[in-house]
Amino acid sequence: MTRLATGGRIDRTRPLRFSFDGRAYTGFAGDTLASALLANGVHLVGRSFKYHRPRGILSAGVEEPNALVEIDRGAGRREPNARATVVPLVEGLVARSQNRWPSLRFDLAAVNGLASAVLGAGFYYKTFLGPGRDAWHKRWEPMIRRMAGLGRAPEAPDPDRYGNRYAHAEVLVVGAGPAGIRAALEAAATGARVVLCDEQAELGGSLLAEPSAWPQLAADLAKLRANPRVTLLPRTTAFSYGLQNFVALAQVVEATGGLRERLWQVRAGRVVLATGALERPIPFSGNDRPGVMLADAARHYVQRWGVLPGRNVTALVAHDTGYSAAFALQDAGAAVAAVLEMRATAPAALLAEATRRGIRVLANHGVSATRGGQRITGLLAAPRGADGTPDAARATPIACDLLLLAGGWTPSVHLFSQARGKLRWDAALDAFLPDEVREAVTCVGACAGEGLAPGLPVTQLAAGSATAHKAFVDQQNDVTTRDIALAVREGFRSIEHVKRYTTNGMATDQGKTSNMLGLAVVAGQLGRSVPEVGLTTFRAPYTPTSFGSFAGRHRGMLFDPVRTAPLHDWAMQQGAVFEPVGQWQRARYFPRTGEDMHAAVARECLAVRNAVGIFDASTLGKIEVVGPDAAVFLERCYVNAWRKLGVGRCRYGLLLREDGFIYDDGVVGRIAEDRCHVTTTTGGAARVLHMLEDYRQTEFPDLRVWLTSTTEHWGVIALQGPRARDVLAPLVEGLDWRDFPHMAVAECRVAGIAARLFRVSFSGELGFEVNVPASQAPAVWQALLQAGAAHGITPYGTEAMHVLRAEKGFIIVGQETDGTVTPEDAGLAWLIGKAKPDFIGKRSLSRPEMLRADRRQLVGLVPRDRSALPDEGAQLISSADARVAEGHVTSAYRSATLGHPVALGLLAAGRARLGDTVFATRLDGPPMALEVVSPVFVDPKGERLRG
Amino acid sequence: MVLIHCPWCGDRAELEFRHCGEAHLVRPADPAALDDAQWAEYLAFRDNPRGWARERWRHVHGCGRFFNALRHTLTDRFAATYKPGEAWPEPPA
Ligand SMILES: [Zn+2]
Repeated sequence: MTRLATGGRIDRTRPLRFSFDGRAYTGFAGDTLASALLANGVHLVGRSFKYHRPRGILSAGVEEPNALVEIDRGAGRREPNARATVVPLVEGLVARSQNRWPSLRFDLAAVNGLASAVLGAGFYYKTFLGPGRDAWHKRWEPMIRRMAGLGRAPEAPDPDRYGNRYAHAEVLVVGAGPAGIRAALEAAATGARVVLCDEQAELGGSLLAEPSAWPQLAADLAKLRANPRVTLLPRTTAFSYGLQNFVALAQVVEATGGLRERLWQVRAGRVVLATGALERPIPFSGNDRPGVMLADAARHYVQRWGVLPGRNVTALVAHDTGYSAAFALQDAGAAVAAVLEMRATAPAALLAEATRRGIRVLANHGVSATRGGQRITGLLAAPRGADGTPDAARATPIACDLLLLAGGWTPSVHLFSQARGKLRWDAALDAFLPDEVREAVTCVGACAGEGLAPGLPVTQLAAGSATAHKAFVDQQNDVTTRDIALAVREGFRSIEHVKRYTTNGMATDQGKTSNMLGLAVVAGQLGRSVPEVGLTTFRAPYTPTSFGSFAGRHRGMLFDPVRTAPLHDWAMQQGAVFEPVGQWQRARYFPRTGEDMHAAVARECLAVRNAVGIFDASTLGKIEVVGPDAAVFLERCYVNAWRKLGVGRCRYGLLLREDGFIYDDGVVGRIAEDRCHVTTTTGGAARVLHMLEDYRQTEFPDLRVWLTSTTEHWGVIALQGPRARDVLAPLVEGLDWRDFPHMAVAECRVAGIAARLFRVSFSGELGFEVNVPASQAPAVWQALLQAGAAHGITPYGTEAMHVLRAEKGFIIVGQETDGTVTPEDAGLAWLIGKAKPDFIGKRSLSRPEMLRADRRQLVGLVPRDRSALPDEGAQLISSADARVAEGHVTSAYRSATLGHPVALGLLAAGRARLGDTVFATRLDGPPMALEVVSPVFVDPKGERLRG
Repeated sequence: MVLIHCPWCGDRAELEFRHCGEAHLVRPADPAALDDAQWAEYLAFRDNPRGWARERWRHVHGCGRFFNALRHTLTDRFAATYKPGEAWPEPPA
């Protein structure tokens, strides 16, 4: 055991059992998975992404690139790529290593060195874009899929709940280290509402590794906790910084039986960033072995968790803080074999203290190689040459089981940069620091460079490493100094390009430990300074954030609202089959026992043609257009002439966009001089109202007219068929049937309910649409069903509705039209009010392109063999071997009425080609011969609907 | 999420609004009097500035009114919002 007998903030009275790769271990309350593994002497925790190299625990925080594990909390709760360094230990935790096969200790890919031979810098680009593309599919992709990858995504649905909360604060403090706590106390003292969040389970940041600071920390946190205007949020990561101080926080709640995570969206008057600094690793050959650890992380394991991560320690230091770590480990009982000081001379005071402690310090030394398999066993300490290269010829072997890296500090400016703050290069501190920013944000503590001392500049840290073998810069993506040097040699100059080419910094850790080193290597190769090379962009999220927290409650039934029509419940009871139409669920057909869709639809269609059908048309969009200028307004918008439309009459209307193409259609009924009832397509209701509002408000503000959506207020029951009047008439009061021709509208009562009754037909049969308040629609429907029983009334769904309208050549906007179809193309030019000087889109209709004779026009199509059904969307070609499409099939149905399939299509100069044969392409066979016919298959003279 | 100032309702969340293209385009009083090039200019040609842009917005999930805004296309910052018919404000320096 490497757990110390005393010390740390863990609770030794509360042991917790957990397992890693099936082996049982014990830790304590207050541990992270990483500290508990180290306490059990486990250093090997994963295999690397590309090369399957054994990897250990590098850090003690969110920057961890290596210790990525799978946490298994049961079906649907398996989480890949969890950083062991930030997973709090809980009783029964089940963790597994990733990226290894067949086992963590024995991995075939690594044994064979399979990957390292082929996966150099730019591998993906060279393989995707070069002549190797075929090889990619046949060889590389299957191999890489087996070898690489980051964990397994869960297969079962996530059973947990995720929440969402908006919050406002005068001051939001990000980071609860010493600077953040001070800022929160100061803000709270002014009476401000304060939110203080920190990514770790325990607040305190770097203070958690300073036992002497613990009493004050406890007092400060108690003071904050007691203030009702202060919200303390541990395990809460500020991961995104938007405009106007809108900061997103991901909180891990993990309440038993309650929320797993909560997304906070905080609008703050002022944001204080106290995000600290991250220690830099150091690139040298074999710097990725388990047992190589950031120096300050090792100090944290000792001081905070009472774990001694190694007994025989060597430290490679480029910064004074490395000595504190070495001394802390020595104080905890470790032997410190040596401190390798990369700088030319060690600072005098630290050298004296080391000497007093009996620690050997080798100045101007680096590491030329490390030894060990699944854990470091030793290294070669080598004097650094003039260019920084460790001189292997003069190297001294040193045995160790822990190698500390103290490469200096990089302020965490991620969120400041996301806030669009500018960074400036501070040459003295050798770091990018916050500079100008527009948001009300303040940076305090180490992220602002406060309290940081300079060490060896990062370019010198990387100097001489570009030729080293397996000197890793980005350990998560397995990017080495050689990869970066190769990219530069191949001509990449921009750091953004080098990043994408090598994938340095593009793993889920977003390069927290690798970006600065990568910059330094590029700078060294180009002979330029770090600020000259520049910095890659920091993007949200700061750390990986679960999909669950983004989705929140918006899943399952709440993912997208479902709209149901007034007869929905009735249709459900009848066993209707539904189809989604936008957000609506509409009854598609009503199968009887033993019927498939074709049989049901054929029966429904024949009932409408021969007797009477009843149909829920309530999803139609409806707009009430009211005001003295209602008709004038519609006159300016729709292509039709409305002013002459008498009260009590209705008309089929067509709406274009300014570009002249069909946008929507529907029926407009004139209810009164100053009142029109406008219907739109089901899918077009919202966009038509938006468009009409646009013209009303901004182009025609002088008109006295108002628009109100009434889509959900009217239930609409369509009665269609030769017996429709027979069913309806006995239930109607207050209507003069003698003055109610086709395309009439009247206010009356139907089954005792106030109604707007339209005589319209979308089937070609005698038809009515009964509009009643939606809440009354089920009662009226029942009354009509009862009255219709003797006439063979048959409910029908959207599929029969589509067949019936196609048999009549009636278009569906969005099916026969696609945003490039004019009224003339659709055979609807007769609707245009010829005397009108203007309407929306009129000017575009006279553009030369719109007048071409070879435009695609709506035609009917019938298979020559009268049996096969063409595919909707099939291309139309003039001969079976033609290669040029001249149009496409827009609709195709089996017609029970005609006894053969019918189709509609758009065909170049189609109306001049009636009787010709064209061919429809097929996915699964030779093109199908079709005869071009009129699009009106049934009752071309329209006698039935006037009956 | 940006707060947008509706000239009628005040500051509201971005989610309540819809962007409606370039502002200060006036539909010709008599489109028939325009030749094809002039009509195409009105119909299709739009500025695409890198910087301050005058745009139309609609408070579609609020009061439903259209208004104009001066927005920076790089920073997403709104310098001003104003009612239709009002003179456009000068961009900030
Ligand atoms: Zn508003």
